[in-house]
Formats: sequence, structure tokens, C-alpha cells
Amino acid sequence: MIPLGFDYIRAESTDEALAALADHGDEAKLLAGGHSLLPLMKLRLATPAVLVDIGRLDNLSYITDAGDHLAIGALTRHRAVETSDLVRSFAGLLAEATSHVGDPQVRHIGTIGGSIAHGDPASDLPSVLVAMRATLVAQGPSGKREIAVDDFFTGFLETSLADNEMLTEIRVPKMPDATWGFQKFNRRAQDWAIVGVAAVVNNASSGVGLVNMDSLPVRAAGVEAALDAGASASDAAAVAADGTNPPSDLNAGPEYREHLARVLTRRALEAAGR
Amino acid sequence: MEVAVTINGQTYSHDVEPRTLLVHYIRDTAGLTGTNIGCDTSSCGACTVHINGESVKSCTMLAVQADGQTLTTIEGLADGDVLHPMQESFRQCHALQCGYCTPGMVMAAISLLDENPSPTEREVRIGLEGNLCRCTGYHNIVKAVLHCAEASA
Ligand SMILES: Cc1cc2nc3c(=O)[nH]c(=O)nc-3n(C[C@H](O)[C@H](O)[C@H](O)COP(=O)(O)OP(=O)(O)OC[C@H]3O[C@@H](n4cnc5c(N)ncnc54)[C@H](O)[C@@H]3O)c2cc1C
Ligand code: FES
Ligand code: FES
Repeated sequence: MIPLGFDYIRAESTDEALAALADHGDEAKLLAGGHSLLPLMKLRLATPAVLVDIGRLDNLSYITDAGDHLAIGALTRHRAVETSDLVRSFAGLLAEATSHVGDPQVRHIGTIGGSIAHGDPASDLPSVLVAMRATLVAQGPSGKREIAVDDFFTGFLETSLADNEMLTEIRVPKMPDATWGFQKFNRRAQDWAIVGVAAVVNNASSGVGLVNMDSLPVRAAGVEAALDAGASASDAAAVAADGTNPPSDLNAGPEYREHLARVLTRRALEAAGR
Repeated sequence: MEVAVTINGQTYSHDVEPRTLLVHYIRDTAGLTGTNIGCDTSSCGACTVHINGESVKSCTMLAVQADGQTLTTIEGLADGDVLHPMQESFRQCHALQCGYCTPGMVMAAISLLDENPSPTEREVRIGLEGNLCRCTGYHNIVKAVLHCAEASA
């Protein structure tokens, strides 16, 4: 399977990438690791006329301690996130979930920014950012803006990034004392989650994000409210599927996914010591 | 578009379409057919090669993404008639039957030991989760990787 032809632009800087996006509008697609985009292009489900390769923007590959949060460059590879001491110390949930993304080959080239910007509800990392209440930094022709994770995902493979914007940084609040649990249910090694749950408990406040329970990554707000009011793990987990609209596919129908969401949420919360 | 890469120490430079997949560049343009195509959908790992020492699936990369990089394929492992220790372990442990998955499996296994020189059996199994084998049931593959790790310790 070979993608439809396209013009290829290799961006040597963020400005060059943004200029290419400005020139080509919605005809253009950014290429980071390509491990979500290229499979779609090979199936010709995506047929961008212009591919803007940002894979070499090493200045967007970093993990730094920025005081109250970790700043992670959008082009940081999964492998770097997974093995980072900073991420392990201050965002253990993110390190753990990243180690479950695909397989080692995928993690050597896939980027955190690509994983988030793709907006796939079946991806693992969006749920973590939802649970940890991360902030996304987008850069466009008129500068940078911050987007709260709850405003970032807008639909199936849709985000609030404009055609001429790119995701440059992911800001994850530092939670050195947090406890957390990550549950991913799949039937074959390397697969995406049929359902996944990312849960974090930080001091008295909790965060729970769900994988593959709706057309976009979602927050289990009912579970969080129950936990914050002192409910047990199993009582809180009982409402995990409330308000969701789970997809139906070869792996599972909505009812089974709802069941999984409740069971996995309970397990994630128990792992987090609730 | 001109794509220049170093594969197994040799420089290749060819004018290819931007949509050329890396695995096709390696097999058809550079003529190194040791790297196999299994699924063509990034699932089986048969096409695994090293880019700058790290395992990647070359069916899910464009050749232009590898421009200027250093690649190693299965052909680049042996030193003349002397097999790479991982190849030798696969041979000794009978870690292949039809051999179709083997080039990718060996490349993934070498990358795995680079990152984790003395893995547990479970770590080997998880570390090779991106590579499928239709023949061996994995048992001897895992044994070979553990054997190689021990032999190199
Ligand atoms: C075999 C396989 C198994 C996988 N398993 C999992 C899994 O279990 N869990 C999981 O979560 N993921 C999984 N993935 C996806 C993997 O995590 C991808 O690497 C990731 O989703 C996309 O990152 P990328 O850098 O490859 O992005 P690309 O494919 O390059 O880009 C994805 C999309 O995001 C856009 N984009 C990329 N970077 C930016 C940016 N900085 N700003 C704006 N837009 C941008 C692109 O234009 C494109 O639309 C798997 C992939 C494969 C091939
Ligand atoms: S051929 Fe590349 S992963 Fe199967
Ligand atoms: S030996 Fe035949 S596929 Fe692995």
C-alpha cells in the first residue's frame, strides 16, 4: 500500500512549518513520527496534497522542569517520555501509560505531540492528559496560546487546533506525591485499548480520563466528584460509564465497553490506593 | 526527491518520489532484500530495521524521513562469515522455522538488548511484542534472546 502522491516540505524550524501551513491551508498535514498519519495515508483514508515534515525539529524535543509543571516538547518521542526520570518522578502516570503505547518500534519514532494532535479517542495519552489536567500550547501566525485539555479535543480525530496552528508543548502539572493507576484492556499485544482508564489522586483531588469510551477522549466527571466527596473506589467506579457514548466495533459493543469502564476504573483507583 | 542514507556503512543516494516507503527504498532501490514485508500495516515487525541504532518499522516510514540517517539492516550484522551474536543465538537455539519473521525479529531483539542488556523472560516477551511469528510459538525466540544476553554479559 503506497500513499497517494504529495508534495513534501521538510521544515527546519517552527517558523518554516507554520509558514508552510499558512501557504497551504487545509491541503497540508504535519508529519511528526508518521505512525498515525502514514497508516491512514497508505489506506488512502488521508490524502494530503502537502506533507510538512516536522520530525527534525529537535528544538521541540525536550522535557524540562518548569516549576509547577513539566514542559514537554511536542516532538518528544514516546521512548524519551517513558524513560525520563523527570516524568517518572513528577508524572508517573504519564510514564506508565506511555510504556503501553504500541510496541518499542512505535515508541522509538512516535511523538507525544502527534499522539495528542491526532485526537484519537482510542489513544492512551489523551486520557492521561485529561486526568492530570494538562495544558496544551499551540503556536500559530499570531503567536502562542494555551489550551486547557478539556477544550482541546472537540470530536473524533478533531481538535481545537486551527489549520495554521501547530502543537508545540504539553504542560503537565507536577504531582510528586500523587498515586495513580493506568488500566488498558486489549486482547492482543501491541493493540490499542478496547477501553482504558487513567486515574490520578493528588492530595484530595482526583482526575480520571477514559480511553475509547466516546468519539473523543473524555473525563469521568462523575467518578471524580464521587471520589472527591469521599466515595470508595467501587462506589465511584460504578458511575464511570455515565454520560459516555461508547463506540461499537469488532472488539466490543457499547454495553461491554460500559462494563469494562466500570471494572477498569475500579482497578485503576485501587492501584491508586483508593 | 534525492534521498541519501547510509545503510550498513555504505552510502546510497537516489532520486525517489516523496511517497516512497522506506522499506521499498531499502529493498527495491538499494537492493537489500533481507528486510521483509509481512503485513504492510505496522503490525508484524518483519520490516524492522535500525535507524541510528533504534528499531523502527520501515513499512510505516517514508524514505524521505530517513534522509541523512544511518541505517542498519539484517545484511549489516554479520562480519564476513562470522554471525552477529544475536544471529548466532537464533541459530543455536533454533529460533526460526520458515525464517520470514527472522530479520525483523533479530533487529528488534538487538535493539531490545541495547536498551536492556539483561532482561527477564517477561521483558523479552514484552519487548518483542511488535514482532509476530507464525511458526515458532516464540518459545525459542525468547530463549535465543536470553541466551544472547547471557553470552554477552
Ligand atoms: C502498530 C501501532 C500501534 C500503536 N499503538 C498505540 C497504542 O496502543 N496507543 C496509542 O496511544 N497509540 C498507539 N499508536 C499510535 C502512536 O502512538 C503514534 O505514534 C501517535 O499516535 C502519533 O504520533 P506521531 O508522531 O507518529 O504522529 P503523526 O502520525 O506524524 O501525526 C498524527 C497526526 O497529528 C498531526 N500532528 C503531529 N504532530 C503535530 C503537532 N506538533 N502539531 C499539530 N499537529 C500535529 C499530524 O498532522 C497528523 O494528523 C500505535 C501506532 C502504531 C503504528
Ligand atoms: S511489514 Fe512492517 S510491520 Fe509488518
Ligand atoms: S519463523 Fe516463520 S514466521 Fe517466524
